[in-house]
Amino acid sequence: MTRFITSSFSHLILLIGILIMVVPVWMIFASSTHTSSMINMNGLQILLGDSFYENYLRVLLYQGGFFKEITALKMFFNSFIMATGVAILSVVTSLMAAYALVYYRIKYATLLFWIIFITILVPLELRIFPTYSVMAELNLVNSYFGLIVPISASAIATLFFRQFYKTVPDELLESAKLDGANTWRFFVDFLIPLSKTMIVAMLIFMFVFGYNQYLWPLLVTTSEQYWTVVMGLKMMSGSIVHRFAFVMMSMVPPILIIIVLQKYFIKGVFQDK
Amino acid sequence: MSFLDLKNVTKIYPNGTKAVHETSLSVDEGEFMVFVGPSGCGKSTLLRMVAGLEDITEGDINLDGKLINEVDPSERDVAMVFQNYALYPHMNVYNNLAYGLKNRGIDKETIEQKVNDAAKLLQISDYLQRKPSMLSGGQRQRVAMGRAIVRNPKIFLFDEPLSNLDAKLRIQMRLEIKKLQQKVGVTSIFVTHDQVEAMTLADRLAVINNGIIEQLGTPIEIYDNPKSLFVAGFIGSPQMNFLDGNIKNKTLSAEGFEIKDIDSDFEGEVKLGIRPEHLSQRENSLINLKVDLVEQLGSDNLVYGQLKDKKDFCYRCPGNLTIEKGADLSLNIENNKYYIFDKSTGKRVN
Ligand SMILES: Nc1ncnc2c1ncn2[C@@H]1O[C@H](COP(=O)(O)OP(=O)(O)OP(=O)(O)O)[C@@H](O)[C@H]1O
Ligand SMILES: [Mg+2]
Repeated sequence: MTRFITSSFSHLILLIGILIMVVPVWMIFASSTHTSSMINMNGLQILLGDSFYENYLRVLLYQGGFFKEITALKMFFNSFIMATGVAILSVVTSLMAAYALVYYRIKYATLLFWIIFITILVPLELRIFPTYSVMAELNLVNSYFGLIVPISASAIATLFFRQFYKTVPDELLESAKLDGANTWRFFVDFLIPLSKTMIVAMLIFMFVFGYNQYLWPLLVTTSEQYWTVVMGLKMMSGSIVHRFAFVMMSMVPPILIIIVLQKYFIKGVFQDK
Repeated sequence: MSFLDLKNVTKIYPNGTKAVHETSLSVDEGEFMVFVGPSGCGKSTLLRMVAGLEDITEGDINLDGKLINEVDPSERDVAMVFQNYALYPHMNVYNNLAYGLKNRGIDKETIEQKVNDAAKLLQISDYLQRKPSMLSGGQRQRVAMGRAIVRNPKIFLFDEPLSNLDAKLRIQMRLEIKKLQQKVGVTSIFVTHDQVEAMTLADRLAVINNGIIEQLGTPIEIYDNPKSLFVAGFIGSPQMNFLDGNIKNKTLSAEGFEIKDIDSDFEGEVKLGIRPEHLSQRENSLINLKVDLVEQLGSDNLVYGQLKDKKDFCYRCPGNLTIEKGADLSLNIENNKYYIFDKSTGKRVN
């Protein structure tokens, strides 16, 4: 009986938590399906309206920006390229950096690692002007390359992979060596499959990180062609329902990535057991 | 030159530990060599230098007529079975066996053939699709063996492969390893600190202490004729009894008894070694034992007691003799099978 009470109590708390998080989002969604005059007169709505297609289609295809040459669709495309690029590039570089740090006989490997680690304490905002001037020098302003590369070195991911590699028993490497595996094969045939779960987790994490970037894309793009969703959120003008619709749509890609990759993530976790 | 040849091999670890001192050893083709010694004596280090997993500080290692000091482990064509098996956790048993073959660029059909043959030999055919985590300790052991066999390497190296198994399985696997090695005929080096394992498996045995091979020989040679105090104490179970003594004019006087006309010119402080199984009961003999405890093993009894000077002593007698606790036994050394060692150097002197 007491167990029933405590468990319903904890469920109640969880439910309240969920409500607190979900209700505002729901209200924005519900409101985004009404006409703007309706919202202007009656405030935010709880129930769905019937202007869903109209609002969302208009937002997606509307030519915005100062020069009217960017649509929300293009922003989603840009954000997707940027987030995917950041995710893949940062996971690949961290995997390899960690591999080199742990498995190669590098002098001062630990020191080097801590130097990499310290960069966590130096946020992008602090180094943004030197980074920008490097990109400008290299003529990479207004390019996907310029959007992606400077934020794709992840000390956190390097830390995670390094700590994981350190738990891989030495015998595995030795055994693989005797089985004729060279350093590259060991990396590909052993470390990557063994860290599959962590790779997926890092991909999700870095995708969301890349997707959420605001300041850097703002700085490194002058052409509206390279605007991203998060920039668009800030720049967007127009009626309130259209902005709501855009906000709702901007949440979709990260959620989608989590849903798609979580399958592998969970599978990986269970297979390792 | 023999199949595997170690010449003055020394290993000093970067932190200064001298794990192996100027060791020379040769192993013939098809021979089963066992390294035995206490923990930390350098057995694994020696084995790992043969495998190429440790650099050789000094000396030469030749395998099959070729100097392999600088050869990468992946090119040495040796196979090793590790204490914790080191199976590949993300590959199923089939791929665990096949991996080494794939890396050598062997075609698929041959690989399949070889893996299936090895699996059959080791009776793991039913588990080929399983991951190592879904196998019992004994099965994992077999997979580890399979991974070594399937490549048909020049030499098998075993580093205490049985120490993670329970006693019964260990004895069974011990037998199987021996049978398998005889069947496949591959030169093998087996590292263990278990002297029973060493005695039963070895064609020849290297008893290692503090990075030095103390004695090298067949198990029987070493048992019958230990060259040093260390070897005498290490080989044989239960352990050899050691008594303090003194030799003067070919007479050895120990606490409570004397042996005359010994076969040695040594004079001075010695240790007298007597194996528990080289004793028998006879009236008015040299050694008087007061029994504290009798362990009945069925075929044998192990009788533990004390001599006059309170020194612990063990006597092994046939299981059909009944011996009471507290009894006084008079024990004779059969056929004068006793060993005398120089107390200061530990060297055998008779
Ligand atoms: N990587 C290393 N760095 C420094 N010293 C080491 C290293 N590996 C082993 N040693 C030292 O070298 C000596 C021999 O070690 P080794 O592992 O060969 O012993 P072993 O005979 O295999 O012992 P065990 O039966 O416990 O496995 C030990 O004193 C050990 O402390
Ligand atoms: Mg060892």
